[in-house]
Amino acid sequence: MTETTPVQQLADDATAEDIDSIRTRTSVFVYEWPVRLWHWVNAALITLLIGTGWFIASPLPSMDFAEATFQFVMGYNRFIHFACGQLLTVAFAARIYWAFVGNHHARQLFYVPVWRKTWWHEMFHELKWYAFIAKTPKKYVGHNPLAQMAMFFFMTIGLTFMLATGWALYAEGAGQGSLPDLAMGWLAALVGNTQILHSIHHLGMWFIVIFMMIHIYAAIREDIMSRQSMVSTMISGHRTFKDDLPE
Amino acid sequence: MSQIETFYDVMRSQGITRRSFMKYCSLTAAALGLGPAFVPKIAHAMETKPRTPVIWVHGLECTCCSESFIRSAHPLAKDVVLSMISLDYDDTLMAAAGHQAEAALQDTIDKYKGNYILAVEGNPPLNEDGMYCIVGGKPFTDQLRHAAEHAKAIISWGACASYGCVQAAAPNPTRATPVHKVITDKPIIKVPGCPPIAEVMTGVITYMLTFDRMPELDRQGRPAMFYSQRIHDKCYRRPHFDAGQFVEHWDDENARKGYCLYKMGCKGPTTYNACSTVRWNEGVSFPIQSGHGCIGCSEDGFWDQGSFYNRVTDLTQFGIEANADKVGATAAGVVGAGIAAHIAVSALKSAQKKTQSKEEV
Repeated sequence: MTETTPVQQLADDATAEDIDSIRTRTSVFVYEWPVRLWHWVNAALITLLIGTGWFIASPLPSMDFAEATFQFVMGYNRFIHFACGQLLTVAFAARIYWAFVGNHHARQLFYVPVWRKTWWHEMFHELKWYAFIAKTPKKYVGHNPLAQMAMFFFMTIGLTFMLATGWALYAEGAGQGSLPDLAMGWLAALVGNTQILHSIHHLGMWFIVIFMMIHIYAAIREDIMSRQSMVSTMISGHRTFKDDLPE
Repeated sequence: MSQIETFYDVMRSQGITRRSFMKYCSLTAAALGLGPAFVPKIAHAMETKPRTPVIWVHGLECTCCSESFIRSAHPLAKDVVLSMISLDYDDTLMAAAGHQAEAALQDTIDKYKGNYILAVEGNPPLNEDGMYCIVGGKPFTDQLRHAAEHAKAIISWGACASYGCVQAAAPNPTRATPVHKVITDKPIIKVPGCPPIAEVMTGVITYMLTFDRMPELDRQGRPAMFYSQRIHDKCYRRPHFDAGQFVEHWDDENARKGYCLYKMGCKGPTTYNACSTVRWNEGVSFPIQSGHGCIGCSEDGFWDQGSFYNRVTDLTQFGIEANADKVGATAAGVVGAGIAAHIAVSALKSAQKKTQSKEEV
């Protein structure tokens, strides 16, 4: 019992089957801490923005617990919305910065490699996997092609759209000549009637909601059914593979 | 240019005293948001400058702009019309009619080439070669182009001339077109509203005459002094909005208390105008003060923004009753159902796989 094999460091509850599994599992470090932090901050801010945004378009029932002077229900709701929007802007800018200085996988969010033949090949395979035609998915270190496309259209494009329209709406209250107005006021003038801006910003919210539904479902499903870890990867940064087959 | 009387000359000949004239100058300065230092400037301009000739033409419209204009209290439209400007052609206000009137128009254009202001009320319909609006036997489009050719500047009165208004609402059968899309080579000031506030109209003219230049315009070409802020920004019911106190139904207690009309579809948050500061009819009231939400009449395409009584606009592209929430919730529902079905098939498939691998063993 004095052998010094790595197995010895295992807790007692490891069965022979478990030990087999450990030997076939591999892992790779994918997401650096700024990417992971951004992901969760972004998720929290978007959730808050959806909630408060909903109550800006359809306010809570009227409350009458104080004189209007001492009551600030709609005001606080709007404040949270604006504050989250501003934090989201800063976080998104930091994330773009990290795409330049971070590792290869930090850049995947910002482009769709349509020029790459293998990308299309993998994409059709992934579609077949989701359509229950392919028996096994491929192993991906970063995003699979379908996920990459979804990230790009819903997040990179979607977030940019929400930030642009959001700041244009904020510029209305900030007033002409203010910084938000100088930055995004042109968009309000381009649209003409800002009621339209409200409508498209509102539709954008549903765009993001639909992404959230698909994103969370796909992440959990892939975590269970694919050959690699998903959810924990966004927490620890490590992608674990469940088998050691090369393909 | 032939000798024209100054504003002051005309005012004196109207029997207005020097004292009343100075009072009028200070009132005008106040209306324009200028300091007392500008009063002598205005007085000086009026004493020395010849009156600016104005041609006022009417296209597709309802004349509500003229109706509003002649009700101006500060300065009185009478003062503006009789003393400040030389309104040489306005087919609804002038005494002349028919050939006489058309001759007056041509006279003014010839006499003051490049020096007159063209005020346009209404807009030209472009379909069928402009046959939907005929003035003096010719399409209004022709009259507008002819009068605009030698104008110094153009004022687009009201929502019609500025944005198109009701006659340009979808599907716009006559192709009613705002002035700036027909005349593209002249400086144009938009004074939108249906109608614009009288004091805003006379204020814009007074400014142009006093300082001999266009007022500062915003990105959409509207005078910044009247259109740089939303109704919402200066609304006296704004504290109720921030407090979250809304009128929920037209006849409820909150309506009687004068709470915010946001939930009743008030377009104040997206409407740029001076109603909540200047108000109407000598500052008596404005729509929100009278208990009805703003309908956004000074905004581009305000007839096409769904009901006046909804905050979340109807999107008719998706059916008469749809809005962003209904469209979004339907799409989310479809995606949700798709996910549920996908979960079910995934579960069945993996169960099947397990049984198969068991059988193989």
